[in-house]
Amino acid sequence: MTSRAIALDVEQVAVRFGGLVALSDMNFTVGEGEIVSLIGPNGAGKTTAFNVVTGFLDPAHGKVSYRGTTLNGLKPHQIADLGLIRTFQRTSVFPNDTVYDNLLIGLHRQGRVGLFEAILGLPRGRASERRLRERAAELVEWVGLERRAHDPAGSLSYGEQRLVGVALALAAEPSMLLLDEPVSGMNASETHTFVELIRNIRDRGVTILLVEHDMPMVMSVSDRIVVLNYGRIIAEGPPDEIRNDPDVIEAYLGQGAARA
Amino acid sequence: MRAAITMLALAAFASVPLWLRDPYLLNALITTGIFIIAAMSLNLLLGFTGQLSLGHIAFFGIGAYVSALTSLGFDIGLPGGFRLVHEPWPPIAGLALAILVAGLCGYFVGLLSFRVRGAYFVIVTISFAEVVRLVALNWVELTQGPLALTNIPSIAIGLPSLGELTLRTKLQNYYLLLAVAVVAYLLIARLVHSHFGRAMRGLMENETLAVSVGIDVTKTLTLAAVISAAIAGAAGSLYAHYIRIIDPEVFAFINTVTMVIMVISGGKGSLAGPVVGGLIFGLLPVVLRPIMAPEAQWIAYGGVLIVILFVLPRGIVPSLAQRFARRKRQAATVAPVAFSERAKEPA
Repeated sequence: MTSRAIALDVEQVAVRFGGLVALSDMNFTVGEGEIVSLIGPNGAGKTTAFNVVTGFLDPAHGKVSYRGTTLNGLKPHQIADLGLIRTFQRTSVFPNDTVYDNLLIGLHRQGRVGLFEAILGLPRGRASERRLRERAAELVEWVGLERRAHDPAGSLSYGEQRLVGVALALAAEPSMLLLDEPVSGMNASETHTFVELIRNIRDRGVTILLVEHDMPMVMSVSDRIVVLNYGRIIAEGPPDEIRNDPDVIEAYLGQGAARA
Repeated sequence: MRAAITMLALAAFASVPLWLRDPYLLNALITTGIFIIAAMSLNLLLGFTGQLSLGHIAFFGIGAYVSALTSLGFDIGLPGGFRLVHEPWPPIAGLALAILVAGLCGYFVGLLSFRVRGAYFVIVTISFAEVVRLVALNWVELTQGPLALTNIPSIAIGLPSLGELTLRTKLQNYYLLLAVAVVAYLLIARLVHSHFGRAMRGLMENETLAVSVGIDVTKTLTLAAVISAAIAGAAGSLYAHYIRIIDPEVFAFINTVTMVIMVISGGKGSLAGPVVGGLIFGLLPVVLRPIMAPEAQWIAYGGVLIVILFVLPRGIVPSLAQRFARRKRQAATVAPVAFSERAKEPA
């Protein structure tokens, strides 16, 4: 893992909400093409870390950079333009649009044509529109939602909405994907399919940072795991190491369990 | 199907002067049409981005004044003893300038208020309209204040050397209006079906998700505001050259409310909504005039609006379209359409 070029670099990041320290002095890196998981008990600061990386929150202190570009002070859409795309825990779709239209909205970064080309229906605008429609159909197929393609995304089951969320993120052509609890609410077989999907995405050269509670899933998919507790990193390493780390066991199960 | 209805409606509108000879009714139709164009522009903001411009009449009024002053000319004193003199230009140049200046105002209002949005946008637009009204009322040297700008020339098309047609009759003005309305309709339709329109819809439905896939909020909303304001400005210019007299009353709040009612009753977020709502509320006074006193008419409007929203809560066009689609789906459940075929349909 040290041989990989660093994609995401989080240095000494601290976040405070009033007097509450949500994150203190967080340092970690994610290498190109790596799958890294961020785990920790509820309230450990995982989603806060995500929000800082994707520009939804400004850190009080510290620096985040992606492929050498400093992200501090950039707006979320500017960070998305660098290829850093995230999914959300809850609101993962545009509920009133069909699944297909959701993906067309997600393809925003690919569909930029000039205003006049769009309004006058010039050939370049039309060709771009055709490409987008093909790509949206591909993505629908890829996440296996062809049968729901023309239903409003809000009418889909929870698990299906998560898939739309991931397809939306992929539509933006990320070079790095940040998934916020993607399998929460999924059953075992859905989770299994999802793990295959994540591996598939990584094999296309996309770096992945994952926040997840489902430990078996995290252990099976991650190259490396970063453990947060009370806003600080308490352990970092490959799954086997983390599984046996006394600090991690203590954070998750309490002090007695670590000694036992 | 939808295209067929649109073409049929267009043919119907084009044929109106052939069978409607009553000048009073034709006049009512023209002023209604001008307001429909303004309502369409409001719908671009309210229906497709979710931002309520409660001062939308400002862009309309600015278009009217800019166009009128361009074609009338003016001579005003500036601080320091300078004078700014403008010789009258052809009204068609006034129309172009009206679009430009109104669009520019839309840009600044958007830039100012879209950083915070929602209620702030509503407040900024209301204040903007009020400030513009006060300027029109008090800058007497330029606008004649309450005395109104009069003798505004009618629009002329063509080139002076090649033969010019001055649109003086109601018939000519009706077709001019229809042409501008069709252009505005097409412009809005193309825009909302392009990726700009999808960005607007995305922002309206789930802003957090929209920015996370790379949509720029301020840029998208400002673009919508500029185009919306420019179209309202064009409508204002048509108004000035058709009525041929304008005073600061054009900025009255009730005019914005009328537009909002047209959009809401017809169906916001639907292209045909403002046209349908506009026809109903624009022509209702004509229908009610023989049977009701003006005061009672206002109550009747309220009653009609309540009934429409009670029976068709999403507005006439979207509610009817939804019912129609449901019936069609029920009929077609036996034969599902393959996805690859459906995907080729334009949105």
